[in-house]
Order: sequence, then structure tokens, then C-alpha cells
Amino acid sequence: MRRLNPSLIAGGVIVGLIVVMALVSFVWTPYDATLVNPAVRLAKPSWEHWFGTDKFGRDVLSQIMVGSRTTLFVGVVAVGVAAVIGVPLGILAAMSRRWAHELIMRTNDLLLAFPALLLAIMFGAVFGASTLTAMIAIGIASVPSFARVIRSGALQVMRTEYVLAARAAGRQPFPIAVRHVLPNVTSLITVQASVSFAIAVLAEAALSFLGYGTPPPTPSWGRMLQESQEFLFSAPRLAIFPGVAIAIAVLGFNLLGDGLRDRFDPKLEDRR
Amino acid sequence: MSDVLSVRGLTVTVRDKTLVSDVDLTVGPGERVGLIGESGSGKSLTALSVLGLLPEDVVAAGSVQLTGVDHELIGADERRMSRVRGRHLAMVFQEPMTALNPTMRVGDQIAEAMLIHRTVPGRRAARAAAVELLGRVQLPRETMRAYPHQLSGGQRQRIVLALALANDPALLICDEPTTALDVTVQALVLDLIVKGVVARSSALLFITHDLAVVATVCERVLVMYGGRVVESGPVEEVFTRPRHRYTEGLLAASDLETNERRLTTIPGNVPPAGQFPSGCVFRNRCRHATDVCSTAPSWTGTASTGFACHHPAEVTTHA
Repeated sequence: MRRLNPSLIAGGVIVGLIVVMALVSFVWTPYDATLVNPAVRLAKPSWEHWFGTDKFGRDVLSQIMVGSRTTLFVGVVAVGVAAVIGVPLGILAAMSRRWAHELIMRTNDLLLAFPALLLAIMFGAVFGASTLTAMIAIGIASVPSFARVIRSGALQVMRTEYVLAARAAGRQPFPIAVRHVLPNVTSLITVQASVSFAIAVLAEAALSFLGYGTPPPTPSWGRMLQESQEFLFSAPRLAIFPGVAIAIAVLGFNLLGDGLRDRFDPKLEDRR
Repeated sequence: MSDVLSVRGLTVTVRDKTLVSDVDLTVGPGERVGLIGESGSGKSLTALSVLGLLPEDVVAAGSVQLTGVDHELIGADERRMSRVRGRHLAMVFQEPMTALNPTMRVGDQIAEAMLIHRTVPGRRAARAAAVELLGRVQLPRETMRAYPHQLSGGQRQRIVLALALANDPALLICDEPTTALDVTVQALVLDLIVKGVVARSSALLFITHDLAVVATVCERVLVMYGGRVVESGPVEEVFTRPRHRYTEGLLAASDLETNERRLTTIPGNVPPAGQFPSGCVFRNRCRHATDVCSTAPSWTGTASTGFACHHPAEVTTHA
């Protein structure tokens, strides 16, 4: 068993804590995250409200907790969309003849050049702003990077002797893709998923900040940030808490991705 | 009886370079034929052409016929070839460490080999047959549940052999099957290969650069150099009375019972692909070469025994 590396542990712990926080928020939060209470609006952090309250008197800690559900949900769906389209595309490209390969990858490059947020805003304008449209748009925007990474991994697998042996045994291309190529690029999928997850979390926050993401009253870290704008000087904590939450979540997923990559890549092992 | 494998005028090219030219090769029923030559002599390309597994920009021309297959193998589409590969024709590769899928259990991989061609009625029968095949290569049934990384190189190569023999192919091609193995397990694997093909009366095309291995495994041998067959004949004939100067050099280089302390070598190196001299491909390294060698030597002898050399070694010198 190989030793766990520090970034894998740190990333795992951070992501684990966010997941636990999201799960706990289903059964318990200090207050109802959407409960408006004008009596305590803009309260400073205290024993009653650890992170204080916002302009409507809603408890910030409760909102952060419930907001983590949105964050994780967005990440899972966006990464899911990206993987479900990107992985088969990458494998297809790797297994195709030269001209088909070029066609897929050049189209992919075209998509890669298209800004993800612009695509999401377009989606929001056409289909209406909601968490789901934001997620799908972010997912589609993440397809090219998935396809690119999986293609390179699949190309390596296609050059191995066991694929040659499978072909020599009379295996058809589709079973080779499913039984030989896919299982041998799963580590790449895992790494790419955690990196895309971080990007999706950031993108959702940005979209919500711009008003194209999660609509009110569902708590979202990005929208909390947006709502804090007018109090940036009088009550900066309203921006700091969700901002730090976003930063930690992105850091956690990036560390996890880095850690997984180091763990799966035998070439890096000796250098440590 | 007609030949199991019949290769006629096989030429392999990549862009403007010719890697294999005009190779004729036959393997009779149950016959064990060796194909020897240095790296870059075109032996592996010949095997891959037979299987139709050449890389995308490498093109084979000529004719390859296999018993039990009613179509020409050169230029056959993937769909038809995939029905031939693994069924009528199987291959053992050089590198046992990478020839098995690291994410699949060994038993599943062997069972799959039979399920692809539906030579067994179902999954259960395939697994039973896989256990039996493992027994034939002297591996315990517990090996079924092992992953490739849990096994040694010799064990893996025996599994690759079991996989190749799973469907009783008419022809087994082995490409340097023991080169990557320890000397101690080489003999075992060679023994299992010979036993395996004899038990199934399969023919064997054995590719190697190890003359000692050819001498123990094969009945007939073809010597390749520069993408051409330069000499062929029964093993004891070629190895005791070589006619082509290249074969002669090859045998001298592997003769360990020489009185001199220095190892005998063939002068020079194998030229890079596509840069062999015109005429006789060996003439730039041959001590006997003269002006006449700039024209291609014709084949002397019969189809199965003969050589292509302008200045063949005298039969008496090595007798």
C-alpha cells in the first residue's frame, strides 16, 4: 500500500467536512436558513448567531450550511454532465482513425475556447436562471477538458500490449473500449472530476453573484456574496464568511485532485 | 494436406519506406516453424501483417491465406478479421508484464477469450474451461481470481499462452515469448508452448532472435534480414550447414564454444528501416560481397529449403 500524501489527506479532510456539513444541514441548522427576522438584522457574531445575521436577519451560519448543499449538488451534476459526455468522447477520439480523431479534437478545441461563464449566462438567458441550467451549462463547458485528458489517457492504453492482445483475440472495438480502455483511465477520470468540481463550485458562485445562478430564497454561497455587496464597508463579515467558504471548498477539491493525481501517477512517486 | 498458413509476396511499407519485401512463408499442419533475425529484420511486422494488426499508416500488400478461412487476410475488414483472430489464429506477445489487462481478473480474461467466439455454450462452461486451461499451463485454479500484478512474469506468460490456446487455433504465432523471462522459466514456458500446440495439432510460427530456442522448439526455420527471407530449411540443415553469409555470421556470433576469447560479431549494424542497400540487403556488412551483389540475388533451391546469396558458403566447410 502506497503512503498517503499530504495534499490527499488535506483535500480529503476538507471535502469530507463540507460533505458532513451538507448532510447535517438536512437534519439540523442553528436557525431556519430562510427565516427572516428584522429584529436581529445585521447582528454581529455572537453566541446566538455565531457568524452574525444578514440584512434580513437570517442566520449566516445556517445559510452557509444549507448553501453547502447547493455547492455540492452543483458540483456533482456539473461534473456528472461533463464526465458522461466528455469521457466517451475522449475514448472515441483515441480509438478513431486519424481524420475522425482530428475532427473530434478540433471541435473540442473550439468548445474549449468558449468561455464557460458566457455559455452559462446564455443558457440562463434562454432557459431562465436556475440552479439546474447553471449546472448543465457549467457541465457542458467542462466537457472539452474532460475529453482532452481522457483522450490522452486512452491513447496510452490503446498502445499497450493488452489492447493489441485483445484485438489479436478477436475483440471488437466497443468491448475493448468498455472492458479494457475505460477501466484503465478511471484514475484520470477521478482526478479530472475533482478538479472540475472545484471549477464548478467557483462558477456557480460567480453565476449566482451575477444573478444567473441559484434564485432566492435557496441559500447559495455565491448569492450571499452578491447580497453582501452593499454592506462591504459597514459589515464586511457578510462577504468574508461565504467568500472563505468558497475558497476553502475550491482549495479542498483542488488538493484532493492533486493528491489523487500524485497517488495514481507512478512516475511522480520516486521524486517525492 | 494443404498448408495451414500460406504467405505469398508479402510487402510491408510505411509511406515511402519498404520494411518487409516479398516474403514467402508457408506453415504446414502441425508444423513448428521458426522465424529468426535481428531487431528490425521485419519478423514482428510479418506476424502483425498476418494478424492484420499493423499500425494505421503501415500498409501490407501480397497474399495471406489461412486454412479454415475462406477469404484473403490482407486487406480484409476489421469485422471479418476479428472473427479470425483468436479463433483460427492466435498470438503470444513478447512482454507478459503488459499483455494482460491490469484491471481484470485472470480467470475472466481467459473465459472472455472463449466467449468472444462462442466456442463454449455459456459463462459457466467458459469458467470451467478456463480452469482446465490453467491446469494445462500448470497453474492452480486459485489463479482464476488473481489480478495480473499479483503474478510473476513467467506465470503471466503462461496465462497469455492459455488465452491464445483457448479456442484451439489452427496456427499459434509466438513473438519472442521468452525474451522477457528469466532463463529458469524460459524452458518451462517453451515446453508448455510445444506441448500446447502438439496436443491441439496446431501449427506454430515462432519468432525469436535466440537460435538455441529455435533449435529446441522448431522443425524448420526461416532467416530474415532487412525485411527479406535470406535462407530457409530444416533446422539441423540450416544450423549445421548455413549457405547464406548472414546465417553463417549469425551462427558464428552465437557460437560460445569458440577458442578465441573475443565474441565473434557481424561487422557493422543493422541499417535503419528503409536504408538497406539495393541488391543483396546484406552486402554492406558482408566480407564476401563483390560487384555482383548490387543486383538482387535470386532464390536458390526449393520453396521450403533454399537461400538467396551470390556467394553462398561451401556445403563442405561446415559439414
